[in-house]
Amino acid sequence: MSRIGVFICHCGENIGRTVDCERVAAEAAKLPGVAFSLDYKYMCSDPGQNLVKKAIKEERLSHVVVAACSPRMHENTFRKAVASAGLNPFLCEMANIREHVSWVHEDREEATVKAIDIVRMMVERVKKNRVLETITVPVTKRALVIGGGIAGIQAALDIADCGHEVVLVEREPSIGGHMSQLSETFPTLDCSQCILTPKMVDVANHPRITLHTYSEVELVEGYIGNFQVTVRKKARSVDEEKCTGCGICITKCPQKKIPNKFDMNLGMRPAIYVPFPQAVPNTPVIDRAHCTKFINGKCGVCQKICGPGAIDYAQEDRLIVEPIGAIVVATGFDLYTIDRKPKDSPYSGYGEFGYGTIPDVIDGMTFERLASASGPTGGVIRRPSDGEIPQKIVFIQCVGSRARDKGISYCSKICCMYTAKHAMLYHHKVHDGKAYVFYMDARTPGKNFDEFWRRSIEEEQAIYIRGMVSRLYERDGKIIVKGSDTQLGEQVEIEADMVVTATAVMPQEGADLLAQKLGISYDKYNFYSEAHAKLRPVECATAGIYLAGACHGPKDIPESVAQASAASAKVMTLFSRDKLEREPIVARVREATCVGCFACRNVCPYRAIEEREILDREGNLVKTVAYANPGLCSGCGTCQATCPSKSIELDAYTDQQIIAMIEAL
Amino acid sequence: MHAEKGNREFEPKIMAFVCTWCTYAGADLAGTSRMQYPSNVRVLKFPCTGRIDPVFILKAFQQGADGVLVSGCHPGDCHYISGNFHARRRFAVFRRLIDFMGVDLNRLQFSWVSAAEGGKWVEVVTELTERVRAMGPMREFKDLALEEHWSGAVDTKELKEVYQAI
Repeated sequence: MSRIGVFICHCGENIGRTVDCERVAAEAAKLPGVAFSLDYKYMCSDPGQNLVKKAIKEERLSHVVVAACSPRMHENTFRKAVASAGLNPFLCEMANIREHVSWVHEDREEATVKAIDIVRMMVERVKKNRVLETITVPVTKRALVIGGGIAGIQAALDIADCGHEVVLVEREPSIGGHMSQLSETFPTLDCSQCILTPKMVDVANHPRITLHTYSEVELVEGYIGNFQVTVRKKARSVDEEKCTGCGICITKCPQKKIPNKFDMNLGMRPAIYVPFPQAVPNTPVIDRAHCTKFINGKCGVCQKICGPGAIDYAQEDRLIVEPIGAIVVATGFDLYTIDRKPKDSPYSGYGEFGYGTIPDVIDGMTFERLASASGPTGGVIRRPSDGEIPQKIVFIQCVGSRARDKGISYCSKICCMYTAKHAMLYHHKVHDGKAYVFYMDARTPGKNFDEFWRRSIEEEQAIYIRGMVSRLYERDGKIIVKGSDTQLGEQVEIEADMVVTATAVMPQEGADLLAQKLGISYDKYNFYSEAHAKLRPVECATAGIYLAGACHGPKDIPESVAQASAASAKVMTLFSRDKLEREPIVARVREATCVGCFACRNVCPYRAIEEREILDREGNLVKTVAYANPGLCSGCGTCQATCPSKSIELDAYTDQQIIAMIEAL
Repeated sequence: MHAEKGNREFEPKIMAFVCTWCTYAGADLAGTSRMQYPSNVRVLKFPCTGRIDPVFILKAFQQGADGVLVSGCHPGDCHYISGNFHARRRFAVFRRLIDFMGVDLNRLQFSWVSAAEGGKWVEVVTELTERVRAMGPMREFKDLALEEHWSGAVDTKELKEVYQAI
């Protein structure tokens, strides 16, 4: 039998002026199951709360209903008070008779009747409330960072500097990402590698960071605080422990003419290689697809010549399972290759710009490699076709971006700035060279960004033409660029030596597959989705997984670093306790009636539904049912409304509770 | 809002099923802003409109509600990401069912009210209340119950005799 205590608050004059609180208390006392009922001026005050606690003890109350302001205001206050008196806090409910009654209705009789109804509704509901205990989930204080670009590096350093272990997984043989390919960075024209390599070395030397390069995430199991991540360490054919990084193998390799992806295929590398001289780790990789030893069994020079005996042709991929508490995804971006696309591609390509057919039409990253001192031309801007230094370069902005008809409607954010930078670098290297930039808008909002852009026009003589390019074609070794100048209202034709296209920023290849492995959301462009655009920009809806850098959306270096530190702060919030406490408003499956249709799993936004096998005593499978993971479930209840057999229930919002409320009215 | 209550005989009973994060907060805002509206509505709080089972709406009508309001976050803004999309789909189908059953669809209202839209809450509630008031009480379930062989009455002479005999 319930012994419910009902407490009606006057809230000074806020409720008392309109609602006849004494009458509500008197009516409440008549309700079956109510053992105690009173009204008081300020229930949330200390004396008010003490009244509740006293009543719980003296009247042996089993449940409490406080009729006062909105539960969004004081539910926690009263639940804490009730808990301190020894009653489970989830047996306390609030009836909103202020925001929903006294403040919105003038007629005293109507307001009082409504208040009585609402109190009766909550009294009937609370009878069906269950005792619920806070859920605790243990936390493994090790973080996984996927992606070793600047964002991943920053996140790894921040977390490791706080005293926790970090596992950093990078797909390429070296960390550094796209930032290591750049020559100078806007808006300061810092040498990119000069500011990046110290951080790369910090990562390699950090006692708490485990670096897995030339590796990928194979499988992710578990949930927040308790992930098991399987990492595939691909076979380098070089033993990382033995290799000293001397580099003799690289100089002696007879296969020297393999296009180097790092140099955008302008430079060459051998079959055993490090992607760039400052690679971290400085351990080479054998490209088995192009290595003579693997193609036809001949050669083997590197193994013969290696002093420490680090070459191991028989090395195989290794799978390592890492226990992880939080995951930071920092997989970065890639540029849109704008050549003609296959029929089934979602993008139509820009064949009219000749990319892929005209060798002197290049993209922004290729220009970076040309400008870079450690690049294939030693920092001299040369035409890929004949090695001549171009006297006229045309830069085309917004190639692929802001073009709904070609498939990408967003703005790629970084191109206005890096094109201005390219024009500047070109002017520094080729003093009489002319740079033309075809643009739509100049988007330069960051700190010192607009000044930088203006400098490219005023000091570095870049010629900005507001209009788009319609066509490029070759004529006598030059590239004829046809476009329009909308400010003059004229057609423009420029005879260029080289064309640089600012192509769209897109997520890396395989971003969608990784997202599916992790169970995180992504948008139609494969950028990863944050939990809330404004209030939770570095977390995913899936608990325990955080985002940093360009994998979330086009982003420059300052923002990527800032976001990486933000993600680390979120990870540290998780790691700041040994156990994660969650509100117990979670779903539970009644396994007896569940048939395993998993309609609930299809609608759960948090991927909290797992499979659980029910076995008989001999170990035979009877059925597979759903299981709601209390560590992931956020308590929306969509599963319960969807379940055809109503076998899954949301504690604190069960069908019985709701129907009790409806029937009370 | 318009005429005095004393002139009206029929006061519609409106039940509102709302989500905590948007509509309930919007209703709270209407209260904080001291906006006035008819007192016929009784609000039931859910974590998300995705939790709302059509059975609750049926139950509400059975219990004598003359009008039912279901309100949640705007599409795309659901606190639990997709609950309101499932609710929308569920109720698109449910509307047809309830129409087939003979309930006038003007008694059932779905709306999106965000936590900042106190004014919209007032509008929605007032409009529904006045519309249902003009339509009169909901008789369909009561009429149906009367048609059945057992009227549902538990204090008939026959039953009383049986009870006494136990």
